[in-house]
This record gives sequence, structure tokens and C-alpha cells, in this order.
Amino acid sequence: MSEATVMTVQKAGLSLQHLRVEFDRFVAVDDVSFEVAPGESFGIVGESGSGKSTVLRAICGLTPLAAGRVQLTGAAEPSLPGSKTFRRQVQMVFQDPYASLHPRQTVDRLLAEPLAIHGIDQGDEREARIERALDEVGLGQGFRFRYPHQLSGGQRQRIAIARALILEPQVLLLDEPTSALDASVQAEVLNLLETLRERRGLTFLMVSHDLAVVTHLCQRLVVMQRGRAVEFVGAEDLAAQRVAADYTRSLMQASAGFRRPEARPAADPTAAAS
Amino acid sequence: MTEALLTVDKLRVAYPAREGGFTEVVRGVSFTLGRERLGIVGESGSGKSQTGRAIVGLTAAGGRVTADTLRFSGLDVLSITPRERRSLRGGRIAMILQDPKFSLNPVMPIGEQIVETLRAHRKISRRDARASAIAALAAVQIDDPERVYALHAHEVSGGMGQRAMIAMMLIAEPELLIADEPTSALDVTVQLQVLAILDKLVAERGMGLVFISHDLRLVSSFCDRVLVMYAGRVVEEIAASELHNARHPYTQGLLNCLPQLGAARHPLPTLDRRPEWAL
Repeated sequence: MSEATVMTVQKAGLSLQHLRVEFDRFVAVDDVSFEVAPGESFGIVGESGSGKSTVLRAICGLTPLAAGRVQLTGAAEPSLPGSKTFRRQVQMVFQDPYASLHPRQTVDRLLAEPLAIHGIDQGDEREARIERALDEVGLGQGFRFRYPHQLSGGQRQRIAIARALILEPQVLLLDEPTSALDASVQAEVLNLLETLRERRGLTFLMVSHDLAVVTHLCQRLVVMQRGRAVEFVGAEDLAAQRVAADYTRSLMQASAGFRRPEARPAADPTAAAS
Repeated sequence: MTEALLTVDKLRVAYPAREGGFTEVVRGVSFTLGRERLGIVGESGSGKSQTGRAIVGLTAAGGRVTADTLRFSGLDVLSITPRERRSLRGGRIAMILQDPKFSLNPVMPIGEQIVETLRAHRKISRRDARASAIAALAAVQIDDPERVYALHAHEVSGGMGQRAMIAMMLIAEPELLIADEPTSALDVTVQLQVLAILDKLVAERGMGLVFISHDLRLVSSFCDRVLVMYAGRVVEEIAASELHNARHPYTQGLLNCLPQLGAARHPLPTLDRRPEWAL
């Protein structure tokens, strides 16, 4: 397959124009447009039901679009969802590593699946790619023939990341990649994602309900509420509390922890611990 | 101070291991609880939920619970009959679980479930019970309690379901409430509303609250005192306001590995687990 051997090393971005997703008569995503520049890391924040995950699913074709357009930009030629280039360049990591890995397949088989789909599972290439993917996510070859139930949550999420990376994509869609993990494991996975992004020049589009996690990885983000984009804000502006929408402000307050109504100021130990 | 509401001394919980023998998941946890908010924090597998469940008597079948002392307001909880234990549960000791989707009965209207709880613990007419259930739903800030009374669990949002769960647990006016990750299945803004309700009820009724969570930040802003658990043991007990002065490297590490708004640290510090913590 000639297409399979051509490697695009150029960074790619995403362009979303007037995205609309409907489930029966319910409008899950309503006229959402934004650009993610090649090499950028962009976040989507919102509560459950705001449509943030649906945007990701619509991008990679897991949910049909009612209107609007998704385009891969920057790379050789702009490609559309459904095309082979798009499917190779854009990969997704799901929220729950307990649900996203097939329980009766070994890590080797899990990682070989995308290769088989894209016709690059012949001989040495298959071996080399699986070995490299495991090394890259810091697991090593010892994990290759284990089953998901033999792995911890953090190790599973590393496998999910390896599976996304094995096709050497340029864009990673991350749907709450750390929300099912313990705080200490979350830090490890965030560090891994950051290292991979630097090494490979990846573009991230990351969904999270945790503002601190999003701003850790992303320079820019959009706040979504009831299917609409209510505010675009830079990570620095967010940190400095320069936000326009009331909803963004209430999210920020909520993420600061509980505050008792009677003055007694809630101590923020995390600020002091650093 | 008179006798503590709850005294736990060297609580141990063990489950049969596949190779024979027992694996201890809680290994000698001791604390006392007054009418205050006590947080238990730890990562998955630290034994925090097992501690909570052992106190209520909801340890899974096959589990073995032992303790030098497990006293609840003068009652030796481990030596009373199962019947007495059952009358305590949901009555004087209540427990809120993580996800209302799983803890509510899916085939029974929410209101009926509250009535059932109430009637299990108090002699009260069906009609009065219904009125109390509606009042309880209103107390947890549900706008249209009459309507919600008749709804099933799948017809309400997570936040609403958790409020109904709280209403159900508080209707028998317990003296001790164990809340096991009561807000982790909820959105951040809803989380705070639910906590505010819980906080108000604890303050008004003078209940003792054990708040179990993996979220150190949340616990430290909500509770008075925090126990930090690691591998089945309490590694540190500290006032919530003093958490930033935590001495145990595990507590420090847990606090430190969280990303913070406006304090970029790349890479994030990670937790270097040392085997001696688990000893």
C-alpha cells in the first residue's frame, strides 16, 4: 500500500466550522467553531451535558454531524473526516481506561488492531511499532503480552495512549484522559502527554471538567455550556481571573474548593504546599 | 468532652486471598469522632471505603472485621446482634454512597424509597411518612418535591439523585453520617451545592460526619480534621487548616502533584512511593 508508507511529518491542526450535532430533537452541540493551530494544545471545558465530549466524537466521526465542517489543516493537503489521511492523523484517547480496552485482548493484540486496519501489520513493521509504542509510554516490553485486568488504571491509560500513537498521528483528541485516575497517577500521565507532545510536535485537543488540568496542558481553551461555546480564553487570562462570562467565573470558583458561607476563609493548602 | 460519638481502635478488615489465608485491606485504623467533620483521604486501594463500610456494617460477604474497640455512642457495634445492627443502619448511622445511579433503587419511585427508610425505623402512618419525605426533599433544595417524589432514579440528574439520597439518609435523623465520595460523580458546581446542603445539615443537627474522598483539596476545604490513609493504615492525622504543614512525605506528595491554576510547573512533581510507607 503506497499510502501507508508515505509519512507526513508536518504538524497538523484542526478547523471546526459551525459544528452542530443533534440527537433526535435534542441539540447537543450548537454552532461551535474554532481553530486549533498546528502544534497547539487547545482545551474544552464544561460540565456534563455541555457537549464537550460530543465535539470530540463528532470530529473523529463517532457521532454524525447535523451541520458544519471539520477539516484537518496544516498537513500536506486539507483532509476531511472519513478520509484515510484524517483517520490516521487524528486519534483519540478515551476517559475510562477500564472501558476503552478490550478485556480479552492482550496489549499486543490491542496495539496491533489500528495497524491491521491501516494495513501496516506486516512482519517487522508491526513488531517495531509495538515495541516503540510501549517504550514511548514508559511501559517496556514486559507488558506486551498482559491482559488489561493485569494492569493498574495508570498503566491502562498508558496503553490507550500507546494505541493512539501507534499510527503516528499529528492530532490527539483527549477525552478526560486523567479523570478516572488517582492524583499521583494523573500527574504521571499528564507529564507523559507533555513529553510526547514535545517529542512529536503533536497537536492536542483536550476535554476536561478540571480547569487546573486543562490549563496545565493547554494554552487556550473554550468554555462550553449547553452545547454552545460561551467563552474563549487563554490559560494565562484564566489564571489571572480575567474572564468575561459568568459561567466561567462560577466554574473557577467551584474548582477552588468548598467555601463555608460564614466568613471563615477556606485554607488552600495546595497553594501553600508548592 | 463527654464520650466520643464514635471510637475506632485498631480496626482491621481482611478478605480471603486466592492462595488461602487473608489479605488485610485495613490494618489497624484508630480514631475518635465527635460531632465534627472528619475527612478520610487516600488513593484507590488505600482502605478508606473499607473503613467506612466496616463502621456501618456493610463489609462484603466473606470479609472479616476485627477491632479492639468499635463503639458508637456507648454501643459495642461488633458484639450486638445482626438485628440490632440493622436497626442502627439507616437509623442512627447512615451512609451516602458515591453514585446515585447505583445506590438508588431503579424500579421504585424516589419518594417511596424515602418513605420505606423512614417506616423501617419509626412507627409512622403512610400519610405522615409521605409528608415527611416531601419535606425532606424540600430540605435538600429540590424545587418541586412533589414532582420528584414520584420520579424514578433514571429520570433525575446526578445532582438531583444525590440530593434525594441525602434526603433519604437524613430522614431518620442519624447521629453519624458516613459519606463515601458523595460528590465525586457530580459536576464541580453541583458538587458545591451538595456540599453546602450537607454542611448546613451537619451544623444544624449536630451530626458527626465521616467524609471519605480521594480529593484532598475538597476535603481540606470542607472538613475540620483529616486522616490520610495509605495501604490500609492512617499515615497522618492533621487539622484541615494545617494541611499545608503536613509532615508525612505521602501527604506532601499528594498535595504537590495536583496541577494548579496559575502556577505552571512543568513537569508536575510525581509521587515517589517508598516501600516503608506501607509497613
